[in-house]
Amino acid sequence: MKLLTTLFAIFAMQLSVQVFSEEFTVGQKNKSFTVKEMTLKVGDTINFLNEDPFFHNVFSLSDIQFFDLGSYPKGTSKPVVFNTPGSVEVECAIHPEMFLKIDVKN
Amino acid sequence: MKTKVGLSLFLAFGLMISELWAEEYKNMVFVAGDKSLAEWVLPEEPPYPAGNKPTPARVELGKMLYFDPRISGDGNMSCATCHSPLFGWSDGLATAKGFKSQVLGRASPSIINTGFNHLQMWDGRKKSLEEQAVGPMEANVEMNTDFDKMFALLKSLSGYVNAFEAAYPGKGINKDTVAKAIASYERTIISNTSPFDAWIKGDNMALTKQQVEGFKLFVNPEKGNCAVCHSAPNFVDDGFHNIGLKSFGIDKPDMGRHAQRPLNLMKGAFKTPTLRDVALSYPYFHDGSEKTLRGVVDHYSDGGVVKANLSPNMKKLSLTDDEKEKIVVFLETLTSPVKPFTLPILPHK
Repeated sequence: MKLLTTLFAIFAMQLSVQVFSEEFTVGQKNKSFTVKEMTLKVGDTINFLNEDPFFHNVFSLSDIQFFDLGSYPKGTSKPVVFNTPGSVEVECAIHPEMFLKIDVKN
Repeated sequence: MKTKVGLSLFLAFGLMISELWAEEYKNMVFVAGDKSLAEWVLPEEPPYPAGNKPTPARVELGKMLYFDPRISGDGNMSCATCHSPLFGWSDGLATAKGFKSQVLGRASPSIINTGFNHLQMWDGRKKSLEEQAVGPMEANVEMNTDFDKMFALLKSLSGYVNAFEAAYPGKGINKDTVAKAIASYERTIISNTSPFDAWIKGDNMALTKQQVEGFKLFVNPEKGNCAVCHSAPNFVDDGFHNIGLKSFGIDKPDMGRHAQRPLNLMKGAFKTPTLRDVALSYPYFHDGSEKTLRGVVDHYSDGGVVKANLSPNMKKLSLTDDEKEKIVVFLETLTSPVKPFTLPILPHK
């Protein structure tokens, strides 16, 4: 019975994350992110969409979330799920003036 | 199998990029002064940070410091030793020579139009000209400045004391004011009166037909593909790329930007240099390995030598000799006419 309750709780938590988490698209256009700052909830996803006619390489070296999306061309997007609360700084390796600050909240 | 899939994806991406970039290229009209080329017009002056607006007093002080060898550890190296107007604001050497003439690992970058850059140094480790200005003084392999000794010297010379007071009233003689003054001077080293600049602004006699053909090849993604990195208006993308130089194939190569941003793509990547006045700032590449512009064009036409970790913007171009020659003559149109240059008389009392 206890196991059943635990499984139900886990299922309910996953369901709530799926129901309430959102997906956003952030473009890379004219060597800039289309937004400079964002606030997300834990579990939200950003699709990083390259809208420039050359490659970008989006990454973050932030303590709470490291990712390196590698280089990808125009028309291609890559998703990142933000699962940890805190501040995440996102840049492009090829074009270092590109900068996006994300505040991930519980 | 993985390699084949990876290669197919890479080629598919390359084709996609070519098609999209080609569309932008098709919208360009190669007529002097055409509005489709307006993005290539360089602003008259570079931006400057809050608290360091260039003034004649700041520029004059910066010029004295820039050319003063006494501020180095041995009293024999100035900023101009490696960034000299005699050599397109570089030094004409493959790689720089530093303290006690030791050979350093990278070429001295030209400081022409560097005021327009968002980051300084080949690996972008300095965020502003103010940060960069004292970097070589602090480096023990470069100018190896003894700052106590330098400040004592500057404070002992009334010419400098007065110049600092005129430039930065009440701020004193210190690392901050030295850096700001040198940065102010460097922001005046601008190339924006070349034949190309005149042509972009509407003078159809400024370039020959062959030179215009060279510009077309330069921006055409199916030909030179140069503008993908050397983009408008300063012929830079403020970006970092591994361009497949032979020196990246040696044991323990210079990893470049990777030291600042430890990402795979940044291994062996270096900042895109401007091409303005490029005919004057030979030799070329961050390792100074190429002596001529024709050699540079040959390198890109071949798609680089070492293919490991190559920039995704690089591809084999297979240009004809005629096309290469046209690109070279176009690059030579980026040289601004040389103006008379007056060296400062340095304070001695």
